[in-house]
Amino acid sequence: MRKVLKGMASLLGATFLTISAASSAQVELDFYYPVAVGGPITKIVEDMIGRFEQANPDIKVNAVYSGTNPETLSKVLTASRAGKPPAMAVMTALDMYTLVDEDVIAPIDDFLKTEEDKAWLAGFEPAFMWNSQHDGKTWAVPFQRSTTLFYWNKDAFKAAGLDPEVGPQNWQEIIDFATKLTVKDASGNVTQWGVQAPSTLVPYWILQGYAAQNGARLGDETGTKTYFDKPEVVEALQFWADLGQKYKVMKPGVIEWATNPKDFLEGRAAMITTTSGNLTNIKNTAKFPIGVQIMPGHKQRGAPTGGSNMYIMKDAPAEQQEAAFKLAKFLASTELASEWSIKTGYVATRADAWETDAMKAYLKEFPLAGVSREQFPYLIPEFSTHDSQRVQRAIDDAIQAVLVGSKSAEEALKAAQQEAERILKPYQD
Amino acid sequence: MIQANASPIAGTNGASRALETVGAYMLALLWALPFLYVVWTAFHSAEYEVNFNLFAPITLENFVTAWHSAPFARYFLNTFMLITMVLASQLVVCTLAAYAFAKYDFPGKTILFFLVLVQLMIMPEALMVENYATAASLGLVDTIVAMGLPYLASAFGIFLLRQTFMTVPKELDDAARIEGAGPLKILLKVYVPLAKPVYIAYGLVSVSYHWNNLLWPLVVTNSVTTRPLTVGLQVFSSPDQGVQWGIISAAALMTSAPLLIGFLLFQRQFVQSFMRAGIK
Amino acid sequence: MARSRFQLAPWILLLPATVLLVAFTHYPAVMTMVKSLYRLPKGSRPAKFVGTEHYVSMINDPVFWASLKNSMIYALGTVPMAIGLSMLMAIIVNSAIKGRSLMRMFFFLPTILPMIAVANIWLFFYTPSYGLIDQFLSLFGFEQHNWLGDPDTALGSLMVTAIWKEAGFFMIFYLAALQQMNPTLAEAAALEGAGRWYFFRRVTFPLLMPTTLFVMINAIINSFRLIDHVIVLTRGGPDNASTILLYYIYMVAFRYWDTAYASALTMVLLVILAGLAFIQFGILDRKIHYK
Repeated sequence: MRKVLKGMASLLGATFLTISAASSAQVELDFYYPVAVGGPITKIVEDMIGRFEQANPDIKVNAVYSGTNPETLSKVLTASRAGKPPAMAVMTALDMYTLVDEDVIAPIDDFLKTEEDKAWLAGFEPAFMWNSQHDGKTWAVPFQRSTTLFYWNKDAFKAAGLDPEVGPQNWQEIIDFATKLTVKDASGNVTQWGVQAPSTLVPYWILQGYAAQNGARLGDETGTKTYFDKPEVVEALQFWADLGQKYKVMKPGVIEWATNPKDFLEGRAAMITTTSGNLTNIKNTAKFPIGVQIMPGHKQRGAPTGGSNMYIMKDAPAEQQEAAFKLAKFLASTELASEWSIKTGYVATRADAWETDAMKAYLKEFPLAGVSREQFPYLIPEFSTHDSQRVQRAIDDAIQAVLVGSKSAEEALKAAQQEAERILKPYQD
Repeated sequence: MIQANASPIAGTNGASRALETVGAYMLALLWALPFLYVVWTAFHSAEYEVNFNLFAPITLENFVTAWHSAPFARYFLNTFMLITMVLASQLVVCTLAAYAFAKYDFPGKTILFFLVLVQLMIMPEALMVENYATAASLGLVDTIVAMGLPYLASAFGIFLLRQTFMTVPKELDDAARIEGAGPLKILLKVYVPLAKPVYIAYGLVSVSYHWNNLLWPLVVTNSVTTRPLTVGLQVFSSPDQGVQWGIISAAALMTSAPLLIGFLLFQRQFVQSFMRAGIK
Repeated sequence: MARSRFQLAPWILLLPATVLLVAFTHYPAVMTMVKSLYRLPKGSRPAKFVGTEHYVSMINDPVFWASLKNSMIYALGTVPMAIGLSMLMAIIVNSAIKGRSLMRMFFFLPTILPMIAVANIWLFFYTPSYGLIDQFLSLFGFEQHNWLGDPDTALGSLMVTAIWKEAGFFMIFYLAALQQMNPTLAEAAALEGAGRWYFFRRVTFPLLMPTTLFVMINAIINSFRLIDHVIVLTRGGPDNASTILLYYIYMVAFRYWDTAYASALTMVLLVILAGLAFIQFGILDRKIHYK
């Protein structure tokens, strides 16, 4: 049956397939990266790639927008299964184990030829390399990395009688500040929430931060164990839920990732937690002065790293892989890492990228951009497991169930832990 | 032709009549509101997304930004190729099958017709997991052909054309045969011309279905060179960095523009075609 | 008459349609059944026959039950509403009311917009406090509400969007039926002094019955088929409150890449659809014939 179809299909294929017009002398490679409307990221990436192509006329890069992070992962796996993977893709740090398990990525070590290459790889901040290493190998190059930051509306602070220059430093202060910042109209409708954190798309990422501040992790370094039902994690989720349910200073229910910054910009939320990747966008759009600081602590300070790394695909032709490695080295070079950070708000991942003249000038003009660096000492590796999408869904569901009040934190996290153990069982030796 | 079919039923008093009329207008307005809002945000800058001001300056900037943020020209081309392929195949395949069902008697005809109708209920979307495996084993994942494959034959099209062909007078068929025409010639010279309005109706329904179809193309494509408009729009609106409604509205209008303009220009024909396609 | 030559012709004519339909409807349906009984091959581990293992885990999978329940609620909620509204629209547009062609256009417009575009716009409508719906409701003193972020309203919000999208499409079928109705019926009823509601109940509604059944089947199929708005608006959340069956299949198959379990889930969908087909062809069609 499938043979007959194959014949028919190739016939149709000949008629309809578009054949890409690549000149034979060039190496042509596909580069998938996740991008969304909102920031000018597309243009920035394209501009950088254009410069790379100019410097390497024998390489042609097809940059492909591939949707959200999970969609990008799906598309990469799909393409790999179909036997035509992109040479390189930007995917979340979280997905490393999945990519290793699926056997679709090649270790970066394979491409390190010179001392200079090795020095380049050693130049990344250790916090951003944690999620690249497994089994003694390096699987990814840090690229659009981020962390969570705490933003506030200075005008709202003034109106509430708070010092607009100082944000809350711990959980208790978050509650105190947010209580003052929650504004109601005459009929009791809330017109401005005190504080917000997003709970769709990647709720587990936000929970990681609260857990870290409470001295706990969501999982271990092997990607086979989760600690969802540890008391510290339960407390952390309870604190998050209490903001909405007990103190009534956060919008009840689940808060959409995409509208959270919009709420802030519209003046409907006085303080928000969101990715540092949003800094430039918020700075440019806000009609009021903004304050930005590292995450308030509880037992200690803590914040997750997030964002994406560059992976080189195992099944891409060798000359494409070499070209992809060149591209990775270019995009994560000192100069470009610093330029990328300046233009997008993503965190510069190399110590030397913070010392370029361009970065120094930028920090002088826009000191808030340096805030994420202040958080480096408190960063924790991103929670990452085998079969990450499924484990992530289990913890995300639990978080949402607690935030909407349908389950207690303890009950929901216990169920999520059991589910995660079931999923991870095949990976434990 | 849609006519005023003024109900001559008298009865209830004027007040409740007026109330009904107002209700009817409210319903229409409610239905139009989302669309009107899309037009509003698409043509105004971000600050008027939430604030309505009749004198807000109109701008095309959202369209420009949207157009430059994603390769929409390529997406249009992909959608166009997809629709051309699907429609061409459907017209040929369904015509041949419908002709066989309408004109011939052969053993197993009823069972075969029933097996065709199965696709009416078990639509390709329900079988995406297995169809994906088929596309993968054919090496067709991420091609325009794969996006069209499950839709190349349509039970609905076969059913519709069979009903139409069955109404063709036998005399016309006989006359053509006496003149020495073979079955294919009879089909092309007698049946197909008589069914022209049904073809147009079916074509419109099929085009708008595939123009708007998301799920299967989303599953089976992953690059700019194959992605149709709907998937392009989905990728484009994925909100990692916060959303800009104006740009999304502009993109939404842009991607549905050909259908929208076609509909506004040929509204009556459009509605009638859909009506014809629906009458069993 | 050359009988044998004519015997061959229908088979040749049917060949392309049969090959395509078998390849993409019947064959995958059978393969879904087969694959649901095997464990997924992974790496070097080959596929292994596991019998009903996937079905057992399905029974123990709360997300599956949630998705099944949501699908039922979704169908039971959207189908009658879509039918009622589309009938009402057809009657309005078919009456002598002023501006009816503009109204017809408004009702029909959502049908030709892609659901994906529509859903992105509704995402904004549902935004709490400054979204269009909350702004509108606040005029009447309603409190703001987190429509998509509250498990009690997330599924309902999806249903409203779907009804808005579909009602105009079904209106067309009612419109066609209404225009085929004999106007003398109404005149006769008027002479008898029958009220309009009475006329609708005793004459119009029964005469529209075949159309209603047709629309109903289509609406039910759509309720199981369309998940574009779920992907955009809620991604099945919060906590699976708006995960419907096909969306769950999509997640399991194309996010978790567990196609064996997805096959078992698909079997449930196929059984539901086959049941509907049986009702339509076996029972309803007969009734329409003998009416």
